[in-house]
Formats: sequence, C-alpha cells, structure tokens
Amino acid sequence: MVVMMDSGNRIAAKAAQMARPEVISAYPITPQTVIVEQIAKYVESGELDAKYIRVESEHSAMSACIGASATGVRTFTATSSQGLALMHEMLHWAALARLPVVMVNVNRTLAPGWSIFPDETDSLAQRDTGWIQLYCSSNQEIFDTIIQAFRLAETKEVQLPVMINYNGFILSHTFMPVEIPEQRDVDEFLPKFKPFWKMDTENPVTHGNTVSDEDYMEIRYDMHLAQQNAKRLIPEIAQEWKDKFGTYHGGLIEEYRCENAEFIIIAMGAIGAEAKVSVDNLRKEGHKVGLARIRVARPFPKEEIQRIGKDKTLIVVDRNISIGSGGWVVTETKSALYGHYDSQVYGFIAGLGGRDVTYQDLGDITKRVINKKAKETEWWDLKKVGAK
Amino acid sequence: MAIKNLPKEELLFRGTGACPGCMASLSTRIVLKALGKKTILVIPASCTASIEGFYPNTPYNIPVLTMAFEAAAAAASGVSAALERLGENDTNVVVWAGDGGTYDIGLQALSGAVERGTNFIYICYNNESYSNTGIQRSGATPYGAWTTTTWAGKTEQRKDVPAIMRAHDVAYLATASPSYAEDLFRKVRRAKSIKGSKYIEIHSPCSPAWRFPMDKTIEVGRLAVQTGAWALYEYENGKLTFSGRSKLILEREVEPEPIEDYLKVQGRFSHLFEPSRDEERLNEIKRRLEWDWDRFRKEVACEIG
Repeated sequence: MVVMMDSGNRIAAKAAQMARPEVISAYPITPQTVIVEQIAKYVESGELDAKYIRVESEHSAMSACIGASATGVRTFTATSSQGLALMHEMLHWAALARLPVVMVNVNRTLAPGWSIFPDETDSLAQRDTGWIQLYCSSNQEIFDTIIQAFRLAETKEVQLPVMINYNGFILSHTFMPVEIPEQRDVDEFLPKFKPFWKMDTENPVTHGNTVSDEDYMEIRYDMHLAQQNAKRLIPEIAQEWKDKFGTYHGGLIEEYRCENAEFIIIAMGAIGAEAKVSVDNLRKEGHKVGLARIRVARPFPKEEIQRIGKDKTLIVVDRNISIGSGGWVVTETKSALYGHYDSQVYGFIAGLGGRDVTYQDLGDITKRVINKKAKETEWWDLKKVGAK
Repeated sequence: MAIKNLPKEELLFRGTGACPGCMASLSTRIVLKALGKKTILVIPASCTASIEGFYPNTPYNIPVLTMAFEAAAAAASGVSAALERLGENDTNVVVWAGDGGTYDIGLQALSGAVERGTNFIYICYNNESYSNTGIQRSGATPYGAWTTTTWAGKTEQRKDVPAIMRAHDVAYLATASPSYAEDLFRKVRRAKSIKGSKYIEIHSPCSPAWRFPMDKTIEVGRLAVQTGAWALYEYENGKLTFSGRSKLILEREVEPEPIEDYLKVQGRFSHLFEPSRDEERLNEIKRRLEWDWDRFRKEVACEIG
C-alpha cells in the first residue's frame, strides 16, 4: 500500500488503470479532461495494457464501449454534463443490452449559460436509463468505488452498467491523500472479466433485433430485478473491500451520528461530506442532528430511507433540480416514506451552478427547520425571486 | 468468378423480413459469401434492422450487433479494438448501413472511425432514401426524385460521400451494384484482404421507394450503370480506377445509354414526364451527370483520387 496525494480525477484514472480495462473510449470535457489525459499516458507508457479509442464525440465514446463490451472485454469511459447528455440514447442502449460498462461522470452544470461548476442535474437526468448510479464525497471513495463498480457491474445477478459520480472541481481538482493498494490485491478482488455473453463467430447470435410486446416487458422487469440485486450486493462488496483494504464509506447510505438523532440531514456527493462538519457543530450546540449521505441513487435505497427516517424530521438538501417538480432526492425520499411513516420532510434546493454550500449554510438550513421557520420546500440563498 | 462458382455456404438464410425483390438482402447474401463465417456485422437502424426479423429468430448465421442509427461506425470501432485486444485478428468487422445511416445521421461517426484508421469494412447499401421509415428524402436522394418528404421532387442534388471518404484517404474504397454480382464479390474480397478502413457503397434499387415492379430490380441496377447514373470504381493508394461499362464511359469508348431510359422506368421520376415533359429539370439532371463524369475524368487524369 502507498499513499498517493492527488486530485479526484487523477485518482479516478489510477483506479481505472488498476482495474485493467481492455478497451477505453473517451472524449474530453471540462472538468473530466485530466482523466482522459492521464489514461492516455498510462496506455502510451505501457502501464495500462489496453486499446484506447480517442473518439470524436461522447455519443461515439459510449457506442464504442458498447461494441467492445459486446465483444467480451472490460470497458471504461468518463464524461461530464453536456457529454453525458449527448450519450443519453446510448446510456439506454448499454443498459438494455446488459453490458457492464463502467463510467465516471464528473458532475457539472448544464448549459445554457455555460458553467463548468458542479451540480448533479446532469447525472440525475439520466436516472431512468437503467444505469446503477453511485455518488462519492472524497478521493478515497472515488478510488474504492471505481474498482468496486467493476465487480458489481460484472456480477451475474447484476450485469448492468455503472456510473460513478463526483462533483466537478470540489473533488475533481482537489488534492487529498488516498491509500492505493497493491496491484496483486486489486487483481484478487477484481479478477479478469469473464463475459456472460459475447459476439462469437463460433456461436452466432443476433443481438438487439426487433422485440415484440410478447417479450419486451419481461426484459425490462429483469433489469428491474437486477437493480434490486444491486441493493444487496453494493453493501456486500463494500464490506469485502473494507475487510481486505481497510477503507469504507458506507453501504447504500453512509450514516453519520444518527444515534438518538431527531433531525437527519439527507444529502449526496460533496455536500454530504460538508454536512459532517455541520452535524458536529450542531451536536456541540446540543441539537440532536445526524446525517444520512446517499451513496447510491439507482437503485434508490428506499428501505434504508424508511429505516433511518422513521419518527425523524428529515432535511433533504438537493444540488439538482427537476424544473417544474423540485429536488430529486426529496421527491424520492417522500415517495419512499409514503404509506410507511409520517415523518416530516423538508426540501432545500442549494448549490446549483456550483454556488458554494458551506457547513455554515447547512447549519443554518438545519436550524431553520429546528426553529420551525422552514417551509416544506425552499431555494437556499436565492438572490432574486421568481419568474414574473 | 462466375456467379455459379460463388461459395455455396449461405450465411443469410431464407425467411428474412425483406420486401420481395430487395437488393439489400441480395447484396448481403453475396457480401457474406465473400466475407465468410468469421465475420461480425454491425447493423444500425435501417431496412436491414427490419430484415433481421423478430427475436428470438434471425436469418443471420454470423454474430450481429444491432445498433442505434448514428452509432454503427463507432460501435464497430469498439468491436475492432476488442478483437485486437483479444488477439482475434482474423475476424472481419463489417458495418452494414443504409444511406440514411451513412450520408446523414451517421456521417460524424463514420468520419471519426475512418480518420482513426479503424480496421473494418463499412458498407453503405444506398437505396437513395429513408426506405425503412416510408421513403423520405436523404442526402443520397437524387435531384428531382419524388419521396414522401419531397412530393414535387427533390430540389437539391445528392452529396458525394465516396468523395468524402476519398478525402479521408481510406485504405480501400469501391462502388458496386448487385446487378454486377461478380464485381461486387471481387471488391468485397479485395477489401477483406486489406488492413485499415475500407468503404464500399452498393447501389440498391428499391422497388417500393423508386416505384418500379419488384421483379425489375436487377434490370434497374444494370440501367443505372449503363446510363452512367451510377459509376463502378475503386480507390486504392490514391488511385481511382473504373471498371466494366463505367470504364468505357469514362474513357469515352462508348456513349452512355440515354438517362431518360433509366428515369422513365421509375415512378419516382414520373412527374418529369407526365402530364408534360419538364425540360428544365431534365436538363439539370443531364447537366449534373456530365459534370460528375467530367470530374471523374479530371481526377483520374490527375491521379489524385
């Protein structure tokens, strides 16, 4: 084991290198670029024995991953924001073809107007594509999650693509110390990819031709079951990693000081890390506050939300917006609780376009709820109000 | 090689979803005979995606990856890279796309794949329209042709994608027609023997789209070559070479058959003759045809492709 002091992107590239993908296909976009640059270095120097297809668009990046994965090799790509949006059609394609492509998405705001700073609307807008979605809040978690993602995607009961998300700049360009295990131990944890199907001239099969209504629903249902299987497997794989390498970031949800809590902050990504400081401060002031950081958005950890949310007041902070509806996490949280528990749920939209959300903001948000000042839904730190 | 001497092995079985008299399925049969069993086919949205038929049945005796409309060349890049990584270098990676998937929505992915020198054969079977979706105009639809989005006839000339591919300096390029089956077979075999990006465009008269009887497809394909509406040529190492009737037309050894003979057998051009002759548009078609051949002559003379 060595400790590598580096940015989230270079840590992601290191994890990808150690996972030994055989075909990588990617297109550069800020703030993901360092990943594709670093992987090019690994491939050119021979530190990664892979074919690297430097495609002309993100749509082609995902299409090439689909072609390679269907030919039976481990594949990796990375993108962000507009690039992810351009891939949309092929995200459905990869999932419906049940191909275990692994992709990093560095969360970035969508245009117009142009912004390279983070919010999570880009990836959450892809939540219905069938991909498993994981969210990280530290560089160590980025490293560990990428390698775990390959294990998950390539498990027989899952066979779905996995997207690892983390906030642009806040993590992608921030240096942190990360424990890097030995390659032989990683190889033991993640053995060589053995595809469950592949295009084979000795066993010719036509993949993806027309499917009638006699079969289509069953194929979709099978994907839904695979996502349910992932709910069980994600915590199991995380535990196995912990036992082997010592680092751990939670299962579907990371719980922080939730014991005896009356108020629980629910957040994802970088805000989920920042909120730990707020919880410590609020606890010092005598408030019974905890944090549930959602690590997995698809499959949504419905049962975990029910367990944690029972008889609590929940404060959900969304760095994303479904325009015309509201925060995505608060909507899913309420849906998970409905019919089970009558918990109070407050939703805050914060940090869109990369606007800073500090531990003080999160403390103020929580106190607003504690002091019964909060409305059911609020946009935090809004400077001007409203469309006229 | 005579047609009777083509390999007996069938890699496209009976029971396809093709229309009667379909040139796409006929061409597939010839092309697969030339390629052999160690072939992976990538098929984007197109008539051929329908010809594949319904899951769990298939007429193909080789692996097929069905792809999104604009993504075939990119997906083939992935297939080719994976095979190289696995050391399976004797498998042909072949895209089989229509003119919609090639000239229009798939052009970016094709350009990217060819610029990267992807080791594959990209085949465009060109039926000069979006036939699968009900005969809408494409970038390959000729001037004056009726389609369901150009009811009065297309007002623009078609673009020249083989020229765009020559500008990419592909390793090998050929135009072909299943009406000249031996020529098509030979060109696919040539492409198979060369490493790098190969592009073959097969002219594919389409009975429902072009409005001619379904038993006339071979004749219409032959008329296209005899009148010069379609040219048979190859490009390799910067050199453009014509063959058969097209060579004779190029070198002015024969006069092409009158273009009107080709137009008149197709209902999609009937408005150029009925109720009265549309001299303006007929002249434009003739002018463009001469311009195309003059351009070919200049390119061959310069040996720059």
